[in-house]
Amino acid sequence: MRTGWLRILSIIALLGAWEWYGRHTNPLLFTYPSAIGLAGLQLALTGAFWKALGQSLSVLAWGLLLSVVVGVAAGLAIGRSRIVEALLQVPIDALYATPTVALVPVIVLWVGFGPVAKVVVVFLFSVFAIVINTARGVREVDPELVEVARSYLAREVGLWKDVVLPSALPYVVTGIRLAVGRALVGVVIAEFYTSIAGLGYLIVLYANTFQTAKVFVPVVILMALGVTLTWLLQLVETRLAPWQALEGR
Amino acid sequence: MVVERVSHDFGGRRVLDDVSLHVAPHELLCVVGPSGCGKTTLLRIMAGLLTPTAGVVRLDGDVVRGPSPRTAMVFQQFGLFPWKSVRANIAYGLANRGRRDPERVERLMRTMGLADAGSLYPRHLSGGMRQRVGLARALAVEPQVLLMDEPFGSLDAITREQLQEELLRIWERDREVTGVFITHDIDEAILLGDRVVALSGTPGRVGRDLRVPIARPRTALGIRSDPTYPELRAVIWDALRPAASGAAH
Repeated sequence: MRTGWLRILSIIALLGAWEWYGRHTNPLLFTYPSAIGLAGLQLALTGAFWKALGQSLSVLAWGLLLSVVVGVAAGLAIGRSRIVEALLQVPIDALYATPTVALVPVIVLWVGFGPVAKVVVVFLFSVFAIVINTARGVREVDPELVEVARSYLAREVGLWKDVVLPSALPYVVTGIRLAVGRALVGVVIAEFYTSIAGLGYLIVLYANTFQTAKVFVPVVILMALGVTLTWLLQLVETRLAPWQALEGR
Repeated sequence: MVVERVSHDFGGRRVLDDVSLHVAPHELLCVVGPSGCGKTTLLRIMAGLLTPTAGVVRLDGDVVRGPSPRTAMVFQQFGLFPWKSVRANIAYGLANRGRRDPERVERLMRTMGLADAGSLYPRHLSGGMRQRVGLARALAVEPQVLLMDEPFGSLDAITREQLQEELLRIWERDREVTGVFITHDIDEAILLGDRVVALSGTPGRVGRDLRVPIARPRTALGIRSDPTYPELRAVIWDALRPAASGAAH
């Protein structure tokens, strides 16, 4: 309870200091919270803003969806099968370690500048976090529980349903949580480097014309998106894994 | 259940050497031995979870080649699924056999003092309660042979005594099941067993095979005042000593 107040206090102090400092600097270079709020209201009245938001959201949604589907499937296969692991481990580790930004020009070369290219970028940004975490979750399955399942005559399907999947679930969710953060970066980068659209476009546009307060509107929205998605994930996890959440934390 | 000349090697190291046992129907056999004598390995072989390097295990004359629907196991670390409620854990073995018998599950929960715990998850239970669930899960499938791997080994002394007496109560009342109980505790073996087999040395061999002449019903306190108790205990102790294991062979 007490730390809850501290959190709110820290936000208020931070915004207050920003407001005070921002008002005393050159508005071309910096801005402050109330100006951002005002700019946000102005932008909300324009169709262009909503169109940009829609573009970004659809890229984010498709990219993440693809990542989750492919990432979880690949992670399960790698975690469960030594052969698949041997085949995929090195390329996946290498790609995960590669700064994905460096691949963007090549992706443009292959799939063009359109929305598909953006989805591919978001996918590449986010998928490996899911693959790696899911595979780890499957590998960390308690061998004793596998033994219990075998001794009580579980078949392969039952082994997955009752042992492997529930025990890997927290790892999968962690992977998705990391993926959300990386996907948001991917959206903006894709919008910077491929055909200009979406929130990334707004950021470039307003920055180039020194409308600093407006630059921060899409930034704040991206931040809010990240926070909301993470929170939603937590909600889903408590729903799917009630055995972890029942204890007061 | 018969164990015929079973030996087992782990990576070239012999852990069980030429072990033969005969478990009579409706008998409770305690296998007592120091840690590292291969007693858990022996039980896993009896459960069909492990194929011995040499020798066979027979159940009603049939060679055990894998987990059998006629046996059920209780695990030292309980082996409960954290994501399943107490009720679902108890029903697990039944469910894998394609049976649904909520009444039997409820009845077992009452017998084991779990009547109010059905919808709790294992993490909310104490060690003693968890092993009650483990025991109930095994009894639920109405096994012909109940295999118990140091089931009370990780409990505190008081809880252990309570569960020993409860097991005795269930055992002495029904006498339907055949039991093999692994322990490193000589007193526990004498308290529970119709027969005690001392497994000694590394690799494990059958040191002594003794009938416990103490009348039932037994209590933890009662057996200590039985005239045969001190000698029985001394004989088992002697069989477990490393020097004796060489001489016994």
